[in-house]
Amino acid sequence: MEQELGTFTVKKGLAQMLKGGVIMDVVTPEHARIAEDAGAVAVMALERVPADIRADGGVARMSDPELILKIMDTVSIPVMAKCRIGHFVEAQILEAIGVDYIDESEVLTPADEQHHIYKHNFKIPFVCGCRNLGEALRRIGEGAAMMRTKGEAGTGDVVEAVRHARSVLGEIHRIQNRPEEEMMAYAKEIGAPYEVLMETRALGRLPVVNFAAGGIATPADAALMMQIGVDGVFVGSGIFKSGDPARRAAAIVKAVTHYNDPYVLAEVSRNLGEPMVGRQISAIPEGELLAGRGW
Amino acid sequence: MKIGVLALQGDFVEHIAILRSIGVDAVEVRLPDQLDSLSGLIIPGGESTTIGKLAVAYGLIEPLREFGASRAIWGTCAGAIFLSDDAHRDQPLLSLMRIQVERNAFGRQVSSFEIDLDIPALKAVDPQQRPFHAVFIRAPLIEKVGEGVQTLAQLEDGRIVAAQQGRLLATSFHPELTGDSRVHQYFVKLAESA
Repeated sequence: MEQELGTFTVKKGLAQMLKGGVIMDVVTPEHARIAEDAGAVAVMALERVPADIRADGGVARMSDPELILKIMDTVSIPVMAKCRIGHFVEAQILEAIGVDYIDESEVLTPADEQHHIYKHNFKIPFVCGCRNLGEALRRIGEGAAMMRTKGEAGTGDVVEAVRHARSVLGEIHRIQNRPEEEMMAYAKEIGAPYEVLMETRALGRLPVVNFAAGGIATPADAALMMQIGVDGVFVGSGIFKSGDPARRAAAIVKAVTHYNDPYVLAEVSRNLGEPMVGRQISAIPEGELLAGRGW
Repeated sequence: MKIGVLALQGDFVEHIAILRSIGVDAVEVRLPDQLDSLSGLIIPGGESTTIGKLAVAYGLIEPLREFGASRAIWGTCAGAIFLSDDAHRDQPLLSLMRIQVERNAFGRQVSSFEIDLDIPALKAVDPQQRPFHAVFIRAPLIEKVGEGVQTLAQLEDGRIVAAQQGRLLATSFHPELTGDSRVHQYFVKLAESA
């Protein structure tokens, strides 16, 4: 019996186990414990949530491995951590400490403005952000085993998450109704690898799990993204920047399971305390938007 | 005959797809009243802590225990942990199977693997007894089996990765992630025998 490690099946498979779940940003082991107790399927370990990265400015980098290791010691659920776009050495470090998933994230300051990491070279899986089908398929071509639509992190405004999810899912819908002979030109037009495009067309969905991220702040936001057709949600600043994180976290977990049941959604939305203070996307200057990072 | 798949969290869609591919009527189960009229239930892979908490929150623990007393249940990975009576930590368990499990027994994701297993019991659905290609993802091990529990599959070193107690079935691995429906066929036979 030959044992095979780090295959694409097991990389993609972990994301399949996270479906129907909520992945929460945490900055301390205490946060991680609250997230696990609330029913998170995984945590994203980082030094600052996106709302603070946005407020602080400056260069945002991979978190201190010591912090990530402490969080890994605290919880039994998978731990993810972010590296900068194109910073394959940060990714090597995260792989060396044994995180379960790497997010090559636009929330950090990009290290390479032309190239993303060649993710097939790693034994641990990557999740990457996307705004449209072409971007998603390029990342999958580079080896991403999970996608998330980008949204606009740290805002508490769900509008970009909706835009990006509708864009990806809508484009998949449209290619299924277009003839095969148009696909090569379409691959060229959107900058997508042809084989991955054809696979997506045949499946009627991305070949990897696709979560929503960036601006989800309430149980209703989470259920909205699920009804639009994503497989699960990331909640970043929305939980620990709110008035009652434990309660809100548990409510969002229930909303993702019962996303199609308005009675359950009404119940879990009651008395959650103050949501995070949002920032309307249209009021943010173009240069400060994070979703445009990625090529 | 209808088989339910617990759809609180995890890869329930994959199980439903395989069941339908072998001609079985399969439905998602999120609330206790959806257990009525089912012959069997699959608890999918996912995060066992999340599935357990949601089961508690929606009053599913006792109805699932009653279900398991007379009908078939199969847990894959997180589902196997949820069926066990001991997972070495404080988390909601159904305690239906007399098995002790160790969560993440092989380590973190970097140690997740694929391997071919011999599962002799599958001869009930496959006279040729081909090996079963098994996918282990942050998988648990079945450390100990109690009275009346039969070991169905082991790794080369003897560690247990599949077990059966009457109509209850636990696998550390994920047959729903492969195109191979033999374990699903085996479970459907168990459900039919109820």
